[in-house]
Amino acid sequence: MNHSLLNLIIGLAMGLNLLALGSSRLPSLIRIVATQGVALGVMPLLMEAHFNWQVGLVAVGTVAGKGFVIPHLLRRAMRTAHIDREVEPFLGFVPSLLLGAGGTIAAVALARALPLLPEHQGSLLVSGAAASVLTGFVLLIGRSKAISQVCGYLILENGIYLFGLLLIRATPLLVEAGILLDLTVGVFVIGIIVDRIQRAFDSLDTRKLTVLRE
Amino acid sequence: MNSALLILVPLAGAVLAAFWPDNRTRPWLLPAVGLLHVGLCFRLLLVPPPVAPGAWLAFDPLARAVLPAVSLLFLLCAAYAVPYLKLRAERPNRVFVAALLAVLGLLSAGHQARHLGVLWIATEAVTLACVPLLHFNGTARAFEATWKYLLVGGTGIALSLLGSFCLGYASLHGGGEGDLTFAALAAQGAGLSRPWLLAAWVLLLAGYGTKMGLAPMHTWKPDAYGEAPGIVGAILAGGVTTVAFTAILRVRAVVAAAGLGATADRTLLCIGLFSMAVAALFLLGTRDFKRMLAYSSVEHMGILSLGAALGGAGAWAALFHVWGNSLTKGSLFLSAGNVRRAAGGHTLDEVRGMARLTPWSAAMLVTGMFVVTALPPFGPFFSELGVVRAAFATGRWGAAAIFLGCLVFAFFGLTRVVFGVVDGRPRPASRDLARRFPEGWGVILPPLVLLALSLWLGLATPAVLRDAWTAAIAQLYPTP
Repeated sequence: MNHSLLNLIIGLAMGLNLLALGSSRLPSLIRIVATQGVALGVMPLLMEAHFNWQVGLVAVGTVAGKGFVIPHLLRRAMRTAHIDREVEPFLGFVPSLLLGAGGTIAAVALARALPLLPEHQGSLLVSGAAASVLTGFVLLIGRSKAISQVCGYLILENGIYLFGLLLIRATPLLVEAGILLDLTVGVFVIGIIVDRIQRAFDSLDTRKLTVLRE
Repeated sequence: MNSALLILVPLAGAVLAAFWPDNRTRPWLLPAVGLLHVGLCFRLLLVPPPVAPGAWLAFDPLARAVLPAVSLLFLLCAAYAVPYLKLRAERPNRVFVAALLAVLGLLSAGHQARHLGVLWIATEAVTLACVPLLHFNGTARAFEATWKYLLVGGTGIALSLLGSFCLGYASLHGGGEGDLTFAALAAQGAGLSRPWLLAAWVLLLAGYGTKMGLAPMHTWKPDAYGEAPGIVGAILAGGVTTVAFTAILRVRAVVAAAGLGATADRTLLCIGLFSMAVAALFLLGTRDFKRMLAYSSVEHMGILSLGAALGGAGAWAALFHVWGNSLTKGSLFLSAGNVRRAAGGHTLDEVRGMARLTPWSAAMLVTGMFVVTALPPFGPFFSELGVVRAAFATGRWGAAAIFLGCLVFAFFGLTRVVFGVVDGRPRPASRDLARRFPEGWGVILPPLVLLALSLWLGLATPAVLRDAWTAAIAQLYPTP
């Protein structure tokens, strides 16, 4: 396995996490998430010494789904719903970034504490996964617009995908394919819902979703 | 073969419903498929099929102990759906019927899943299939509830996938070959890497606990149950939560096989008692009788989790409680749906005097309320008694005391809301609506039958069910 190249891409993904936390415009947030998706999508190809069609399928599916289809759906939802481009955070950009940076450091520390198989020693996979999951949570909780919450969910998913790469050789294709399909469908449904919320509320601001409360 | 039919028949029914041309006759597919499913399921209950050790999907003892309850609940909800959808003839029901049938098929798959990945795929698919059911009413409030359900449920399901990966890595690190069936994982036992196993347990408990609705991951529940039609609430509270509970039981068995059973039980105990306490507090405060049912469901999930924490006897009582909870909650949701439709509102400020407008449903609501608060001789009384006795037997006096205290507070909260809805003089607006949505036998009988089944479960628990629960405990808690 080509560790240094792999770690470079994971480092890039972790940098994109921080960019996502700091971005104040929805189109750039979507672009960041799409870039991260493509970067993660090519990783399985780099992990295998010789080409394997199952792994190739996972890579193509991931790049197409995370890099193109989902960002396209999000942009279309933005266009049809006339959502303006501001992100409108609950949690300011500086606190978000500080949380993200602290989370990244904690993720690296966590990865050191957990035992790894010899072939995964020295790889940033676990740290990258944990950092992305934390970033996803910060975006899910700290942003008010539905689209930016979906982006947060995507980053959370990317983290889980990174972790799944540790297992790509051991688990059968069936599980991999099922997971990929389900995640894509999940976001697809979220996209449809976003569309419907728009029609019902004339805004994609989840702050207005407050009728139901105790 | 028959166990695969439990999954395939409802899925085929869902496809058929999606292409069925007529809005008026389509709902009849629901009871037809439900009847077939109950027939198959009870046949398998009486004559348990052999289970291949490496099978990914099989009607194993745990599925046998739980799935028939879900099947029965679905059949009665399906019987209710026909008159219900006739009352709601203005809305197209193609997606609703197809999604409901798909949910049944996927629930059957989830209960029978003996493989970590298959279990996750089934749960994820159930989550997605429930989305169109939740916004059937098409109101802004229903959209809001659906959005919250999807966001919280989606995050929960993502965490359970991460937990599944951690468990897979724990196996790989311990020298496993990548076989993720629960039997293989449990066979690895202490060979599983401990730090990864603990991470997996926390994440899987959080993930499947979200689907189950354990506090503090229960936040989607009041909104979803409050805004969805009664049938959907019944299926969510009696079927979807059950599949998440069996998932937690299966994972717990792996964790226990690795020698961390005591840790797992402690977390289950704490989260169970916390859920009960949260539910009891919110029950004292809520003014909405459909949200009240959601908090009551959180409370009963707490009871299940507590039972699972108390060793073999407690888990046996928990499986008993799954039956009691599914049947009684089904009855409560359906009768509350009748009351809600006739009243035109669901808070104490809008609804009163329903005993005069919908006498049958109001009576069933009151009876069901007493049953969920453990009135003898209905099923939940005996199962909750079993949990208390297991707590005493294992020396958890504090847990038993908190358990009983929460039950008392929940009783206060439930009686306050239910009698507020039933008593008094009806509002004029409700009188007109009650004339438009009269309470026919079609919508009275299914909840009545569910209540009767709950009574039968308590008075004369069939020996075959006791055997099924004992067999499941033997599978999950090998050393009592």
